Amino acid sequence: MPQSDPRTSTGTHEPLIRFDQVVKRFGSLTVLDRLDFTVDAGERVTLIGPSGSGKTTILRLLMTLEQVTSGVIWVGGEPLSHRYQGDRLVRANEKHQRRVRKQIGMVFQQFNLFPNMTVRQNITEGPIHSLGISREEADQRARELLEMVDLSDKIDAHPAHLSGGQQQRVAIARALAMRPKILLLDEVTSALDPELVTGVLDVLRTVAETTDITMLLVTHEMQFARDVSHRVLMFDHGRIVEEGPPEQIFGDPKEERTKAFLHAVLD
Amino acid sequence: MEFLIDRLPLYLSGAGTTLLITLLGAVLAFALAMVVGVMGTLRNPVARAIATGYTETFRGVAALVLMYWMAFAIPQLVPYKIDALFAAVLALGLNVGAYGAEVVRAAINAVPKAQVEATIALSMSWWRRMRAVVLPQAWAQMLPTFGNLVIELMKATAIVSLIGVSDLTRVAQEQRASTGETVAAFTGALIAYFLIAQLLIVGMRLLERRANRRLGRPVATGFLALLRPPPATATGGGRR
Amino acid sequence: MTWDWEFTGRIIPDLLNGLAVTVQATVLGYTLALVLGLAVALVRRIPVIGTAVFAVMEFIRCTPLLVQLVFVFSLAPNTLSAFTIGVAVLGVHYAAYTAEVYRSGIEAVPAGQWEACRALSLPLHRTWGAVILPQAIRRVIPPLGNYLIAMFKDTPLLFAITVGELMYQASQIGGVYFRYLEAMTLVGLFFLLVSVPSAILIRQLERRYAAV
Ligand SMILES: Nc1ncnc2c1ncn2[C@@H]1O[C@H](COP(=O)(O)OP(=O)(O)OP(=O)(O)O)[C@@H](O)[C@H]1O
Ligand SMILES: [Mg+2]
Repeated sequence: MPQSDPRTSTGTHEPLIRFDQVVKRFGSLTVLDRLDFTVDAGERVTLIGPSGSGKTTILRLLMTLEQVTSGVIWVGGEPLSHRYQGDRLVRANEKHQRRVRKQIGMVFQQFNLFPNMTVRQNITEGPIHSLGISREEADQRARELLEMVDLSDKIDAHPAHLSGGQQQRVAIARALAMRPKILLLDEVTSALDPELVTGVLDVLRTVAETTDITMLLVTHEMQFARDVSHRVLMFDHGRIVEEGPPEQIFGDPKEERTKAFLHAVLD
Repeated sequence: MEFLIDRLPLYLSGAGTTLLITLLGAVLAFALAMVVGVMGTLRNPVARAIATGYTETFRGVAALVLMYWMAFAIPQLVPYKIDALFAAVLALGLNVGAYGAEVVRAAINAVPKAQVEATIALSMSWWRRMRAVVLPQAWAQMLPTFGNLVIELMKATAIVSLIGVSDLTRVAQEQRASTGETVAAFTGALIAYFLIAQLLIVGMRLLERRANRRLGRPVATGFLALLRPPPATATGGGRR
Repeated sequence: MTWDWEFTGRIIPDLLNGLAVTVQATVLGYTLALVLGLAVALVRRIPVIGTAVFAVMEFIRCTPLLVQLVFVFSLAPNTLSAFTIGVAVLGVHYAAYTAEVYRSGIEAVPAGQWEACRALSLPLHRTWGAVILPQAIRRVIPPLGNYLIAMFKDTPLLFAITVGELMYQASQIGGVYFRYLEAMTLVGLFFLLVSVPSAILIRQLERRYAAV
C-alpha cells in the first residue's frame, strides 16, 4: 500500500506519474514486482528491455486497460488505480477511472482506428463526446492536427483506404485531439513497413519539440529514443535494472544486462 | 394462369397481410434481439441470466406452439382474447428475436478487443462506445444472418392461416376449397411467397452493401449481385 | 378457469403418444434430409443439371413448409398416409438446407487436398470417399445438428395435415374438452425439455469440432 500520501507530502514538486509498489500478476505469472518509479510533468521517458519484461503492461495499467494486483498508481497527485472513500483508498470504479484517464492518451501498435468512421470522425469523436467540446471547435482542431501530421487531404477518407503509416499518423492526431497531459506510445512503428517508419517518427519528433506533453514510450528505434527522451528505464522481469539519461544508458551502460540487451538489439 | 389472373386481388391482399405480419414480427424480433443481445454481453450476472433464459426458452419452443398457446390457452387464464394477428406477431417476434439475440451477442463479442481499448483510451462512455463503435462494426456482421432470419420469419408467418388470419396461405386454401383447383391455388401462393422472399433478399443485400461501404470495405456493385444465392455459412444461417 | 391437475394427469398419455409420433417423424424426416441433401450437394456440381437443381432448392427454401405440406397432401393419392407425406415433405424441405451445409463443407476442404489426390492419381471414388468427404463431414456436424433441432421444432406443422403428433393431440384435446391451457402448456414444456438439452449438446459439438 502507499508509502506516503501526496496530498500530505511536503515535497516541492509532485511527479505527474507515480507507481507505488505496483504489483501486476497474470495468474501465477508476476509481471511487475513491487515497482516504484515516477515521471515528472513534461518529461519524456523511454522504456526498454527484453520481450516480456513488462513494458506494455506498464502502459496498459496507466491507460486502465489492466488493473493492478496491488500497489497504487498516481496521476497528477490523484490516485488512478484507487479512489478515496473518506480517508481510505479503495479500488477505483469505472467512473473514477474514466475521469482521471481523460488526461491520458495512447497510441497503439496496431493503430486501432475505428473502421466505421472517417478520419475526421475518428479525431473528433473523443473531444465531442468525452470532453464535451463543440463540433466546430473539435473540427477546427482536427484540421490543425491533420496538417501537423501532413494528412490534410485525407480528412474524409476511410481508415481502410490509408497506408499503415498514414493510419498511425491519424492515430497520433486522434490521441492529441484529447489534449492529453500524458501520451503513451507502445511500439508505434513496429507494425509498419520500414519505409513508413520515418514519417511517423518525424511526427512524434515534432510533437516532442512543440509541446510539453509528458511521454512514456516503448520503442526499438534506439536513435529516436536517444533524440527525444530525457530519461531511459531499462526493465527486466518487471523491475528497473538501470536508469539514466539516454547518452549514459546507450553510450555507457553500467549493468551487464543492459549491455547484453543493447548489444542484442543494436546488432 | 387465368385462374390466378382472375383472383389476383385476393392473392394480393393475402400477400399484403403476409408482408404486414412479416414486417411487424421483424420489428419486434429486431428490438428484442438488440436489447437481449446486448444484455448477453454485459458483465452483470442478472442481465446475462435474463438474456440466456429468454433465448433458451423462445428458441426451444416452436412459434406455432407459442401462437396456439397465446391464442387458446391465455384466454383460459385471463378474461381476454388475444387478437389472432397480434398473437401471431408476438409469437413470431419472440421466437425469431431469440435467434437474433444470439446473432447480436456473437457479433458484439466478435468486435476486436483492440477497438474497445481504443474507446477506453478516448474516455468514451459505455453508451457511446456501444453506439458509435461496437454496434456499427457488429452490424455488418449481423446483417447476413439477419437476412436469413427475415426469410425464415416470412415463411413462418404461414402459420397464422391456422388461426384464421387471411394471409396468402389462407387465401390459397380457401380458393382450393371453393374451386378444387389444387395446383393453381397453391402454385399462386408459392410464387407469391418466392417473390416476397426475393424482395426481402434484395433489401437485405442493399443494407449489407451500405454497412460494408461504411466500414470502407469493397462492395460488389450492380443489380445481379444482389440476387446471388445467400452465402452458405457453415453455421446453418443462424437457424437452430 | 385455472390449471386443473387432475385433467393434466388424464391427458398426459395421449400427449406422450403424440410425442412418440413427433420423434418418429423427426428421425425419419431427418434421415431423408441427410441422404437427399448429400445427393443434392453432389449433383449441384454437375454443370447444367446442377443449376436447375439449385433453382428448385432455392424455391423450396424460399417458400413455407406449411404450404408445401398442405399442397402435397392435397395432391397425393389416398393410399399414402398423412404420416408418410409429412415425413417426405419435411425431409425434402430440409434437404434443401442440408445440401447447402454439405456444399460449404466440401468447399472448405483446401484446394491442396484436391491437388494431392490428382498428384496421386486417385480414382474418383477414393478422392471423394477417402479424402474429401471425411474432411467435409467433420465441419458439417454442428450445423447439421442445428437443423435436427430446427426440424424437430417444425414437426408441429404436420398437425395441419392430420398427422397424430404432439400438437395434433393437444388441439384434439382442446377441441373436445374446450380446455387448451393444460395441453398447450405441456406441449411447450415437452419441446423445451427436448430442445434445450440438445442445443447444449450441439454447442459442445461446435466447440469440439471448432477446436480441431
Ligand atoms: N492478458 C495477459 N494474460 C496473461 N499474461 C499476460 C497478459 N498480458 C501480458 N502477459 C504476460 O506478461 C508478460 C509481460 O508482457 P508485456 O506485454 O508487458 O511485455 P513487453 O515488455 O511489452 O514485451 P514485448 O517487448 O514483447 O512487447 C509477458 O510474459 C506476457 O506473456
Ligand atoms: Mg510490448
